[in-house]
Amino acid sequence: MGKKPKLKEHRINRNWCKGCGICVHFCPKNVLELDSEEKAVAVRPQDCIACKLCELRCPDLAIEIITE
Amino acid sequence: MATKDYIRERFFPHMWCPGCGHGIVLNGLIRAVEQLGIDKSNIVMVSGIGCSSRISGYLDFHTLHTVHGRALAFATGIKMSRPELNVIVPMGDGDALAIGGNHFIHAARRNIDMTAIIMNNRIYGMTGGQYSPLSGYGTLATTAPYTNIDHSFDIVELAKAAGATFVARTTTYHAQQLPDIIKEAITHKGFSVVEILSQCPTYFGRKNKEGGAVEMMERMKDNTTPIGSKAKQENQSLIERGIFIKKDMPEYCSEYGKIIERAMKGK
Repeated sequence: MGKKPKLKEHRINRNWCKGCGICVHFCPKNVLELDSEEKAVAVRPQDCIACKLCELRCPDLAIEIITE
Repeated sequence: MATKDYIRERFFPHMWCPGCGHGIVLNGLIRAVEQLGIDKSNIVMVSGIGCSSRISGYLDFHTLHTVHGRALAFATGIKMSRPELNVIVPMGDGDALAIGGNHFIHAARRNIDMTAIIMNNRIYGMTGGQYSPLSGYGTLATTAPYTNIDHSFDIVELAKAAGATFVARTTTYHAQQLPDIIKEAITHKGFSVVEILSQCPTYFGRKNKEGGAVEMMERMKDNTTPIGSKAKQENQSLIERGIFIKKDMPEYCSEYGKIIERAMKGK
């Protein structure tokens, strides 16, 4: 408790992502973007605070935030 | 977090449209069940018909996909025969309150121990965007091209009046509150109703020019407020969210158990 979790990786399932953009829009640190195939990608992972809001709000269960 | 432990992966990606709020309800429900630590084999999920009802197919519990509006009736049968199981009944707004309106009020009146989750997207999505009893006055739908003149139910008020002993409301935007409320609903002994405002960008959003999933969720943030907030006093049009009622009342299966005992004694 008390120690903030540190990001290890964004695990994004490209086969399940439907490109709705919810994760991109609501990310408080602007970490995610949709790529040319309309799939979510973590383009600025160094800014991620591992709040997991993208994981919680993903309607496709396509995002998993792995922490250290 | 092992979301995958609770789903039937072979059916993914699911059939819901991009940005559909029902996926967020699925997401939150899985987290609630995981945090409660309930054994999957002690959960029965019973659903009716509609986009929302497809949720039961994606979850690796005991699941029944039954007839339109009658999920609560099937669930009542299950709970009466196996009261030790946790029964969860996900429904859409049309499924729960139009076709299943009667089952809904009577399940609430009996206070039978189960959790009714109403995924309220204010439209019949699966059949092409017809208005539902929750669409509301002045909205547009495939079957209301000149605006809807029906007034909507207030699910919370209806559930309270019908006798539900746990009544709560949240939205798909409030993704942290959502699992917390579902957890409380599942652990409450009695009939629990959770209304979750959900977005249908394909029909409700498009017909009513509310934009896509993101804009609809922004709207949920702007149009709702915690119960009893100062904002509500200043702006009555805000929709309150949180737990409205949580009270202890004799539960149906327990009461029925007593009747069986009395009958066995012959008096």
